[in-house]
Amino acid sequence: MSGIFHSSIGRKFAMALSAFFLMIFLLLHFSVNLVSVFSEDAFNQASHFMGTNPLVQFLMQPILILGVIFHFVMGFVLELRNKNARSISYAKNNGGANSTWMSRNMIYSGLAILAFLVLHFIDFWLPEINTKFIQGDISGLNIDGNFRYYEELVHKFENPLRVGAYVIAFVFLCLHLLHGFMSAFQSVGANNKYTKALQGFGKAYAIILPVGFIFIALFHHFSH
Amino acid sequence: MNLTLKIWRQKDSNTKGQMVDYKVNDISEHMSFLEMMDVLNEQLVNSGEEPVAFDHDCREGICGMCSLYINGEAHGPDRGVTTCQLHMRMFNDGDTITIEPWRATAFPVIKDLVVDRTAFERIQQAGGYISVNTSGNTQDANAIPISKEAADEAMDAATCIGCGACVASCKNSSAMLFVGAKVSQYALLPQGQVEATERVLNMVKQMDEEGFGNCTNTGACEVECPKGISLENIARMNREYLKASLKG
Repeated sequence: MSGIFHSSIGRKFAMALSAFFLMIFLLLHFSVNLVSVFSEDAFNQASHFMGTNPLVQFLMQPILILGVIFHFVMGFVLELRNKNARSISYAKNNGGANSTWMSRNMIYSGLAILAFLVLHFIDFWLPEINTKFIQGDISGLNIDGNFRYYEELVHKFENPLRVGAYVIAFVFLCLHLLHGFMSAFQSVGANNKYTKALQGFGKAYAIILPVGFIFIALFHHFSH
Repeated sequence: MNLTLKIWRQKDSNTKGQMVDYKVNDISEHMSFLEMMDVLNEQLVNSGEEPVAFDHDCREGICGMCSLYINGEAHGPDRGVTTCQLHMRMFNDGDTITIEPWRATAFPVIKDLVVDRTAFERIQQAGGYISVNTSGNTQDANAIPISKEAADEAMDAATCIGCGACVASCKNSSAMLFVGAKVSQYALLPQGQVEATERVLNMVKQMDEEGFGNCTNTGACEVECPKGISLENIARMNREYLKASLKG
């Protein structure tokens, strides 16, 4: 077992495991966001639960943050090692002849997602941490005594620049997932008779989730 | 047809190389790419210049000796062929063709278009074999029952000729298709089971030590492989490696 994570295959395996974790999280995040389209009350309830449940806040949230950091750091490590594996570049390289743009540019789509995450943390996560753990207000209520989550969400999506940035980020997320979903399975050695079916599912996941996120952002921007 | 060739010229491994332009005329579309290179070299020798060094041997697409990165693709624009089997009919009169050596830190240039591929041999020596006692009492391989499916898959993996097109095509210069094929051809057969754990651990260790990159599953290697080695072999190697790591 020793040395597995110092090997090329081990590093790819670790990268894939963090990718699976993040893809499951993304589905959960999407589900909660989608609730906001149908019911203000249900969204407030779900947000309050996620924001105040000790298991979510003190176990799942740190694991998630570590997972995100690990995925990015490992992505950079792999990219640097891979760059070193070719010290002289080709004068002419026709990458489009044998691979997709998404597969060759995971580092760039990843960097775009990282930039988005910084914005997203400033927008939502830091104010939450400030309210709950610095000001010590875990009631989830505004001055009027109502839940504050839905109105905060609506307020954030009033700014068209922010909505535009979110839409662009989700396009990059889609491109990242279009390669990343199947790549994670290949890295853990799952390439068999179910691969074709899984490819279809992966494509659907990679398109439906980001498009769904875009829909939710646009819905709140235009409907209030 | 008349062509302009942009070729990487490099005196030796210690000298800096550069792209040099050449013109070749009256090339037949029936010629193989290497025959076109022969015409160029004849022209260079006749004019007192140093001919372009390039690897070749059988010229039948089975030895794995020829290489060349042609117009941005390993073994050129055709599919399922090595450079020696690439024909000039794939090009048009007046074309400019860029010809470069395989580019990978683990494949240093020896001269012009010739690269040192002994890294592959060292990976093979690390475990790409089975130890068979040849004292005279060797069991007939045909006496061991093997399913048709496993035999076919092992044979498909064993068709790898070790040319290095996978490394050359991969944006990460990863050798995982080559190593995956070499691990798979034994992993699928009963004869390979005895040394399976050490084999995959040692071959992957050697692969990493040689300085090849990490696979990011772009699939470029599979497309450019002249023998059509499938990505399934990389997945199998990953499984074998993880299994072996848990055991070892």
